[in-house]
Amino acid sequence: MTLFLNILVDGVAYGMILFMISVGLSVTMGLMRVVNLAHGGFALLGGTFAHWFAADLGLPFWPALALAIAATVALSVPLERVIYRRIYGFTDLQQVLATIGLTFLMIASVNLWQGSSLLSVPLPEGLKASVDLGFRTLPVHRLLVIAGGLAVVLGLWLLLERTRFGIRLRAAVDNRGAASAHGIDTDRIFMAAFALGAGLAAFGGVLGAEILPIDAYYPLRYMVLFLIVVAVGGMGSIAGSFLAAIGLGLLETAARYLAPDFATITFFALVIALLALRPNGLIVRTS
Amino acid sequence: MTRAIHAALAAVIATALPAAAGADTIKVGVVAPFSGPFAIYGKQYQEAVETYVAQHGTTAGEHEIEFIYKDVGGPNPDQSRSLAQELLIRDQVDYLAGFTFTPNALAVAPLIEQSQTPTVIFNAATSSINKESEFYLRTSYTLWQVSAPLAEWAYDQGMRTAATTVTDYGPGIDAENAFKAAFEARGGEVVDSIRMPLSTTDFTPFIQSVRDAAPDAVFTFLPGGPPTFTYTKTYNENGLAEAGIKFLGTAETEEVNLQGLGDAAIGLTTAYHYSGAHDSDENRAFQAKLTELFPDAIANWASVGAYDGTHLIYQMVAAAGSDGPAAVEAAKTMEWESPRGPVKMDPDARTLIQNVYIREVARDEDTGKLVNRETGVIATVGDLGWDK
Repeated sequence: MTLFLNILVDGVAYGMILFMISVGLSVTMGLMRVVNLAHGGFALLGGTFAHWFAADLGLPFWPALALAIAATVALSVPLERVIYRRIYGFTDLQQVLATIGLTFLMIASVNLWQGSSLLSVPLPEGLKASVDLGFRTLPVHRLLVIAGGLAVVLGLWLLLERTRFGIRLRAAVDNRGAASAHGIDTDRIFMAAFALGAGLAAFGGVLGAEILPIDAYYPLRYMVLFLIVVAVGGMGSIAGSFLAAIGLGLLETAARYLAPDFATITFFALVIALLALRPNGLIVRTS
Repeated sequence: MTRAIHAALAAVIATALPAAAGADTIKVGVVAPFSGPFAIYGKQYQEAVETYVAQHGTTAGEHEIEFIYKDVGGPNPDQSRSLAQELLIRDQVDYLAGFTFTPNALAVAPLIEQSQTPTVIFNAATSSINKESEFYLRTSYTLWQVSAPLAEWAYDQGMRTAATTVTDYGPGIDAENAFKAAFEARGGEVVDSIRMPLSTTDFTPFIQSVRDAAPDAVFTFLPGGPPTFTYTKTYNENGLAEAGIKFLGTAETEEVNLQGLGDAAIGLTTAYHYSGAHDSDENRAFQAKLTELFPDAIANWASVGAYDGTHLIYQMVAAAGSDGPAAVEAAKTMEWESPRGPVKMDPDARTLIQNVYIREVARDEDTGKLVNRETGVIATVGDLGWDK
């Protein structure tokens, strides 16, 4: 029973971190249809900025987090204007090559700026504490990540389904020409959506840093993980990414408790099986 | 193909040897990662070599010494082998050095056998490497050398049960075997041995399992960097320290990442051959010169392995010039005072016999930084894994 509860608690906490770091990717790659392998790079930039603000400049955690997201978004906008704008029209393979090139550029820049050791983001005392669940303890920051994940899924759903911006974005993605003809400024819509993806990446990178620590090589280290969550969830589906992340988190955590030696194999076997059954992911967005 | 290369190599070496004997410049080829996720090791090697050169000049005996660096990128035995080949044939180096990963070191064994090139390993820590060629010399350590004394020390401190959690790859399994053998030989009991996947960074399930088993101590071996960070955090956050389950490790609290671990690292116990906080004039001189040349550099196992490796090469060059077999013979009896303490070469295993220190992470009052404070010494331990 305790084992079951342990799997449940740790699985949801880990799954929520997976969701947080990959939800930005379901915006850029899933919604906007650009194979954005540089997604992890934006998470890295967010984490690096947060490290710089908090550890080097001595700001408290919360302002550091807010500034890190702002700085990442501020970098992503000119990047979108100058580079991504051209990438949207590329074929898939060209997009892969272009964005992986950007990833290397980001890795090299962070390496030059902050070196290749761990870039930790010091947590405030309140988040470092543990809460007693009765049968075990759980660090407070995991609860924060769970809450953050729920807030993001709700906020995104409202934004995409209930606001003018959401309607315009979906229209622009489905048929750019027609949307343009209806007077929608698709350029600005794409720029805003891209900035949103980058901001979410930075948010997830910083909040997830307790489990997926930031260092210069971060984007390549975890790239497969981000892509799996989006692929299993279904392209462009926020709810799908959410289900996939929680499900994969639970499965991998269960494997680690029950058969630690085979945890990685179990994880990938399940991913393969899932994709064989539902090649388009758990939830397929209908347009 | 390989045969042709060997033949070419042999021919080149046959013609090169007489010439090299009279040459006044001895070349040393350093094979290490200078790019990719492990680039920091190559950087540290180079910084340590240049520190030694700055302290001791560019001549050893009557010979000038020149270092040539080659980037192997990461764990990549094929690349390691072709770089070594290039260094031996085209650059005509007389010594090889570097090698962070065991497979990279092993890949050059046939080459150095044939060319009789002394090869100084700065890190790769699997005992069996030196069995593959007489020309391997190692200035780092082996996993048996530090894990077994740690197990014995733990038993002597009154710990009777332990769990081991190691990363599921060669060095991790070496560490697990060493700890288990030594702990059980004393009469202790290893209650659980968990092997964790290499890609894992969420250690909660493994650590929670250890907590449920409630042993006196948990021994761990992890690859450096991100896993260390999340493991030590999780160890604290899941209340193992409070539950009285002692953390025992080796390289987990190494100096480069130590500040990043934060307060969570305080009290972690490790057994290792070097601490940046080692109290000796040699260590102070080494670190002073290192930070004078490279203000951001932090001395750790990688720097001290390369620093002592450079010392060994200088001594071999002074003793035997470019005569490989004579240089290895001379190296077998060498001993010196290293920044890590007194060391001497084990003539059979060709790995250093050295002190192993029991260290505890503490915050230094003067600098406010975390340090590995030495709390005990297990004197002069050889490579305990040599006969295993």
